[in-house]
Amino acid sequence: MNHLSLIIKREYLTKVKNKSFIIMTVLSPIIIIALIAVVGYLSQLNNNKQRTISILDESGLVESIFKSTENTNYVILNEISLNDAKKQVEKKEQYGLLHISKGKTVDQVLEGIKFYSKDTPSITLMEGLESKLERKFTDLKLQEQGVDIEKLKSSEAKISIAQESFLGEKTSKIDNVVKLIFGGLAGYMLFMFIIIYGNMIMRSVIEEKTSRIIEVIISSVKPVQLMLGKIIGTSLAGITQFIIWIILGGVLMTVISAIFGINMTEMQAPQQELMQQAMESQGADMKIQSLMSAIYHLPLTNLVIMFLLFFIGGYLLYSSLYAAIGAAVDNETDTQQFMLPILMPLILAVYVGIFTVIEDPHGTVSTVFSFIPFTSPVVMLMRIPFGVPIWQQVVSVLLLIATFMFTVWFAAKIYRVGILMYGKKPSYKELYKWLKY
Amino acid sequence: MNNLLVTDSVSKNFGKFTALNNVSIEVPKGSIFGLLGPNGAGKTTLIRVINQITMPDSGKVLLEGQPLKAHHVKDIGYLPEERGLYKSMRVGEQALYLAQLKGMSKSEAKKRLKYWFEKLEIGDWWNKKIQELSKGMAQKIQFVVTVLHQPKLLIFDEPFSGFDPINANLIKDEILQLRDEGATVIFSTHRMESVEELCDHIALIHQSNKILDGKLQDIKRQFKTNTFEVGLVTNNELDLTNFLKEKFEVSKADYKSLNNDLKLNIKLNDTDTSNDLLRFLTAHAEVNHFNELVPTANDIFIQTVKNS
Repeated sequence: MNHLSLIIKREYLTKVKNKSFIIMTVLSPIIIIALIAVVGYLSQLNNNKQRTISILDESGLVESIFKSTENTNYVILNEISLNDAKKQVEKKEQYGLLHISKGKTVDQVLEGIKFYSKDTPSITLMEGLESKLERKFTDLKLQEQGVDIEKLKSSEAKISIAQESFLGEKTSKIDNVVKLIFGGLAGYMLFMFIIIYGNMIMRSVIEEKTSRIIEVIISSVKPVQLMLGKIIGTSLAGITQFIIWIILGGVLMTVISAIFGINMTEMQAPQQELMQQAMESQGADMKIQSLMSAIYHLPLTNLVIMFLLFFIGGYLLYSSLYAAIGAAVDNETDTQQFMLPILMPLILAVYVGIFTVIEDPHGTVSTVFSFIPFTSPVVMLMRIPFGVPIWQQVVSVLLLIATFMFTVWFAAKIYRVGILMYGKKPSYKELYKWLKY
Repeated sequence: MNNLLVTDSVSKNFGKFTALNNVSIEVPKGSIFGLLGPNGAGKTTLIRVINQITMPDSGKVLLEGQPLKAHHVKDIGYLPEERGLYKSMRVGEQALYLAQLKGMSKSEAKKRLKYWFEKLEIGDWWNKKIQELSKGMAQKIQFVVTVLHQPKLLIFDEPFSGFDPINANLIKDEILQLRDEGATVIFSTHRMESVEELCDHIALIHQSNKILDGKLQDIKRQFKTNTFEVGLVTNNELDLTNFLKEKFEVSKADYKSLNNDLKLNIKLNDTDTSNDLLRFLTAHAEVNHFNELVPTANDIFIQTVKNS
């Protein structure tokens, strides 16, 4: 067996056999799923509570639109003064009182609508009431002007503009959402992976320094081999952890929703209501079918290949820098001053990805950042679902590979000097000098 | 080829600092070669060059007449001064890993490890983690790992630090035995008494330069001053001393003795031999003690470093 595979094997096995690694791997999905389950259960409890709202409609115009539903119970009050109504609602511990005062014209009625409650009412409830009233009063005002509502309704035109690129690819708004989610997820995963496992590599380099084994090892192998072995071994351990997380997470989700009967997909009820409203306004036909076709229409092969290339390239680029930092310092507290220059481009990449790619995936800013090697893995991964010309992808990957070879060379230089230096916290100036040793 | 290892005008600079300046040493096959020098002289850099950890700026290193290549790592066993082991790894798997890095097969490494563990009576440590062992115990493992792949050249940098006297003796005997079995040993240390005990050749490095090297015996001969330490019994010490001073260079001596003798250091003239001195002394007093003052490695070390 050659040296590199020996080192990879050792790094992998020590990481995977490590107790805290095992605990982290098993516990974190359990904790996260448990947390989601608790939140879901609580919000379900909250949703199940029926609210009773009294309506005092002195105008007599809108009573008919309030029909009780599962969540809200409307009580229509008659022949009662506002003050008595308020007292009654408070006594019965109802959620609130909607008062619509008398008026000669519709406009006058509109000015006299008020909601009384003990606490500040929920926003979704108020929005619901407002939209109900708006619809009714619009109709009333139209009638006042002598418009035939039936005719108006029947002549309403619903439009959803079909999108098609010059090459004949059909897209739609929901396509964009799906693309955003795919790209965002890929970019964000890479970001997390770099931070978690880059740190792990750095710590393991520092450990070798503090345990003083480093000189024994590099009398047998080249420092570059040791560094690459470390990076590859740790990433394999990281991939193992990721896969276990996904499998374990999936299994736990299913088990918990089966046991507790919580539908995980309907967890965030209020947001979902809003989503549904938005969907409805777009036209109800854009549902699961269009979602599936949107996923189907993604450049999946391209996405997967590029994901792998950028993931590996970006990860190697950053982890070699992490290894160099680990070699340059004696303990973890000294790493601070070197961490910032690494984290800055990463965070920048995520922000550029989120803010500019959504706005304009092929705009100048996102295009430029998808070429700069330190941001390209994240930004390009977010752009690719929107269709990036192949030449751009190739150039970006080549740039990334060239830079990554440079950083590995650079890191190896720092590494081979740094691992033999003890007791001194190096400055940037000194690191520069090491390059020439 | 009589020399196992030759360094030929090896130089190494770190920025403006010169760590090694044209250092040439020759390590004869089967010798124990003492690499001496004050702190920061460049010993460790030279050792790292030999181990191919540091590349020299100029000069050559030859092992058995061949320029040093990557495959030579399996011919060298190196115990660095800054040494340690993976703390959370088990003794056995760690030793196997390090042996495999030196190019041994797993089964062969296992066999040889068993032999050494039995020899040093540490067989039951196989499944212990390094962090459960004491420092001395870990040092034993480290020693085994260094010699396990039967290298032609062994390099020990301060091998006895961290050992109690019993274990230090044990390791010393093992080193001697390895030498007898054909290994060549480079031995870097500050402890001059172990140099006396073990080394047959030495090189002294001071401020990046080699300032002295050769057979320890030859060097001692070179440094000897023809001075003898004598203990005399006489009735009139003052007269005798004055009398001797007319003929020789005489100074007071200080050595441990049961008798209340007159203790003197007497330096021979160029023409006289030790027999002449002895004959002269016996004619005038009773000689209780007669010993040639041989310079110790320590004396040579201090004298050479001070004069350079």
